[in-house]
Formats: sequence, structure tokens, C-alpha cells
Amino acid sequence: MNQQKDTYKKIDSKYETVIGLETHVELSTATKMFCGCKLSFGADPNTCTCPVCLGHPGTLPVINKKAIDYAIKIALALNCTTNNYSIFHRKNYFYPDMPKNYQISQYDLPISSRGYLDVDMGDYIRRVGITRVHLEEDTGKLIHTGTSGRISESAASIVDFNRAGTPLIEIVTEPDIGSPAEAKEYLISLRNLLLYLDVSDCSMEEGSLRCDANVSVKLAGTEGLGTKAEIKNMNSFKFLQKGLEYEVARQVELLESGKKVIQQTRHYDHITDSTKALRSKEEAHDYRYFPEPDLVPMHIEESTVKEIRAAIPELPFEKTARFVSQFGISIYDCRFLVADRNLAEYFEKCCALYSNAKTVANWLMGDFSALLNKEGILISASKITPEKLTCMLEMIDSGKISSKIAKSVFEEMFATGADPQNIIESKGLEQISDEGMIESVIDKVIGENPETVEQFRSGKVKALGFLVGQVMAQTRGKANPKLVNEILLKKLK
Amino acid sequence: MSIISKEDVKHVAKLAELDFSDSEVEKITPQLDKILGHVANISKVDTAAISPTSHTLEIKNVFREDTVRESLSKEDDHLNAPEEMDGGFKVPKID
Repeated sequence: MNQQKDTYKKIDSKYETVIGLETHVELSTATKMFCGCKLSFGADPNTCTCPVCLGHPGTLPVINKKAIDYAIKIALALNCTTNNYSIFHRKNYFYPDMPKNYQISQYDLPISSRGYLDVDMGDYIRRVGITRVHLEEDTGKLIHTGTSGRISESAASIVDFNRAGTPLIEIVTEPDIGSPAEAKEYLISLRNLLLYLDVSDCSMEEGSLRCDANVSVKLAGTEGLGTKAEIKNMNSFKFLQKGLEYEVARQVELLESGKKVIQQTRHYDHITDSTKALRSKEEAHDYRYFPEPDLVPMHIEESTVKEIRAAIPELPFEKTARFVSQFGISIYDCRFLVADRNLAEYFEKCCALYSNAKTVANWLMGDFSALLNKEGILISASKITPEKLTCMLEMIDSGKISSKIAKSVFEEMFATGADPQNIIESKGLEQISDEGMIESVIDKVIGENPETVEQFRSGKVKALGFLVGQVMAQTRGKANPKLVNEILLKKLK
Repeated sequence: MSIISKEDVKHVAKLAELDFSDSEVEKITPQLDKILGHVANISKVDTAAISPTSHTLEIKNVFREDTVRESLSKEDDHLNAPEEMDGGFKVPKID
């Protein structure tokens, strides 16, 4: 066992992993990139199509201004330089999901280039260079007939062009990512950034955020890059990391046994947790790009860039840093809160009404998140307003309710949206802090349990817990536990 | 010296999903070569003082607003489809 571990360690430090990611993001505009067809995921097949996105002869594309604005917004948030002169190119290839037999994309004059994204790895920051951010159009969707849904076993395919022409952003990184774990964190950070920008729903399940990776390994400390493989179909954060881990191990094994890595495209299969080479197409990389003659160039004005820059909200990386310094809560807590823009906003609203940020954070990360997850709703759709939550927290602080009772008040608020004050009054949940009342219950409990009292007096400390439990039971959980403890101890002496 | 070889013709034909017999390639290659030679005359023009362009029109930034326009009806969408199935365009097995 130890030996195995040592071997792994040796291999681990002998090689360096180099990863670059290519992420495609469908923009959440109302209409397609080049025509006025509505974007609607899950609509009946071919109900959002027109002669433009079906590639009929004689039609002309017209650029969606909002898609350009979104692209600029993303580029600026990724610290890119927007290129004031940009054009579209045709990328030529044949595949049935492309009605025109070319995809309108960008080539050597993309909308922006040369930026970076800082990825917080916990104990260090990885700065990932962004090579380019460009715009293109998405393809249609192929449904393969037959029960397995696999291309190789189906007799025919059905094409749904609803998705064809959806504005698609491609974000390409430099080969700056040093491990599968960093790749996963990069994608999480990028997704979060895009959600803050409100430019895409970024659903990996629905395919509006997709990621391919170029990965290679090389001897540590050597110049240049090893031969890379392109990995596709890693459609979750977990699969991105697992697929890359498998691929890195595969390449290291090849090199260790004196073999070579072949440059190829590989498909990740999460069921077998391995990558397989796709059949290579020798013509695959001959796309014969040429400037799209149907579209005129874009000159992006400085004033437009300025306007869009001004509208960019505070982004996750900066927000995390501010939360740490402003609210004095841990970086772990901050990351959790900032990971959801709505949650972060909710947290700030609560902190404006209530002074103990840590208590707010604990409730949000604990009971609140648990219930939201259980019910499958977003915090923005919750019936508990920041006012109601903080009002309940004040009641705990003032001793009006116990923290145990608070949990059931919270659940009631979550279910009905009722005011905490009303819940407490209507259910009689107010904490009993009246010493006389507590004393009388304690006297009763002592009288009923002479043996337990004797056990405690003879040194069995655990017996106290039972007596406290009896008092709480008889007051239906409403007695102030601190007072119960104090009075009980005094009486037992 | 010819501009295009038989191998080039075969490669381009493959990219364009066209099938040519050997005798057709034999016939087409010199024809394409002649056309390319003719087009190559353009390079005789002195372009030293002309900046490169990808468009001949003096217009830029032609955009549309992000407003929805009516799409085709399901029936019209399929009007030109040789075959359809389950509301989609049916295409042969992909290989």
C-alpha cells in the first residue's frame, strides 16, 4: 500500500499537467443571433424557426444588438480588451445540425481578447489567462432514432432547429490551468461570474453552459508543451474534474511505458469514467474560414464600452473580499454566500437590519439553505423576507423565544410566510423566563423523580440532563433553558 | 507549372461532399487550374497603397433590436423537407 502511494507521488511530481478550457455559453437574449425567432428551451421541435435560421437561400442575417452588448459585458468582466474593429467569419463544415453548412463565427478579429479570471483555490489564487471571447451561433439539435439514442445504432436522425442560431459565446483560456481541480474551480468561478452578469442561465443540464478541455502532460520543469488531447462531453463540474483526472493518468501511463500521446479528440463517458477516442476525421480541421460577406463590420465605440462597463455589478471575487472585511465573517462563509447572487443580496439586506452577521450567515447556510434545497426553490422566491428573519433573530437575542423554538417558528414562516410575532402569539410559543413559574415546574419535577435526584446528589452528573428534559417537556419546550439549569442546580444543592 | 494538383482537387471535393471518379478528376484539374490562373491575374495589381478589407461597402454596425418576430408555422417550416418525423427533419444515418 505504502509502496503504491510512493509510486504515485513520484509520478505526480515527475509530470506537470497543462489544461486549457473552451467554454460555450448560450446567451439569454429574447431572440436568436441573426433573426427574430424566439429562444425557447423545450419548445415543440421546429416551432421557433424562420427562413434565416433554417438557412434558406436568399435570406440575410442581421446582428442582435443585445448579444453584442452581452459579449462586451462578459469580455470586460474577464478583464479583456474589446477590439474596436471586429468581423464575423464563416466556418465551413457539413453536419446535419447546421442548416447552412457553415456556422457564422469569429476567427482572427474576435470581439475581444487577452484577459484573465482569478480563481480562488482556497490557499492560493490561480490567475487563468483568457485568450479570447467571441460570438457565434449555436447549432440545431439531433435526436437519434432507436431506443438507445446512440448515433451508431440508429437508422436515422431527426433535426430540431429551434436551437440553431442561438447566440453563443466562446471563452477560450490560455494553457494556464495546472490540475483537474483547478479546471473545476475555474468553471465554477466562470459560471458564477456569468450569473452575476445576468447574461445566461448557465444550466449545464440543459446545455446552456458547455465545456471542452485541451489537456497534456510534460516532464516537470521542461519547456514547451506535451501532445494534447481534446476532451469533450464533460457536462458537470464533477465530470469535468473526473474526466480530466482520468485523461491525465492515461497520458502519464502512456509516457511511463515509453509510448506516445496521439493528438486526438476524446469523449468522456461518465458511466465507465473513462475517455475514448472519437473516430478521427482527417478533414476536421480544414474549416476554410472566410469573412462573412452577408454581415458588415462592427466598430465598437468607446462610449458603448464605457456605458456597459458602468452597468457591471460587483463581481463574486471582489464581493467575497468585501464581505470578509466588512462583516468579519470567515472566507468559507463568504464564498458560500457569494456563490449565489440572490443569497448574497439577501445576506446584505439582513445585515442592514441586524448587527450580528455571523448569526445571519449561520441561518442562511444552515436551516434556510436546507429548506430551500428540499423544496427546490430559490431564496428570491422564499416567503421569508429579510425583515421577518431578522425580527426572529432579535427575539432569540432578547430571550423571547429559545433557539430550539426558533427552528419551528422558522419552518412555519417558511411554509406560510407569516410574521414571527404572529406565529409565537397564535401558537403560544413565547419562552418562559418567569422565574417563579419555572421554579414551580422544577419543584414538581423534583417531587416526581426522587430517585434521579438522589443519583445526581451522589455524583451522577448525567442525571441532571434527564431532569432538565422533564422540565422542558412539561413547559412544551418554552422554558428558558439557561434559567432552568441555574434554578435546578441551586435547588439540588 | 500548375496551381492545383489532383490531390488538391480530391481534397476539396471531399470537403464539399462531392464524389468524382478518377477520370472526372483528370478532366476537372486542368480546368480548375485555368480558372485559378485567370483569377491570379488580380495579384498583378499594385496594392501597396491599399489597406486590406473584407467588405466593399462603406457601412458598419448594422444591428437589430432584440425583439421577437413571428416564426414560421410548423407546416411551413417543413414545406421543403424531403422527409419528416415527430416534428423534425429526418436525415439519414450519420457516419
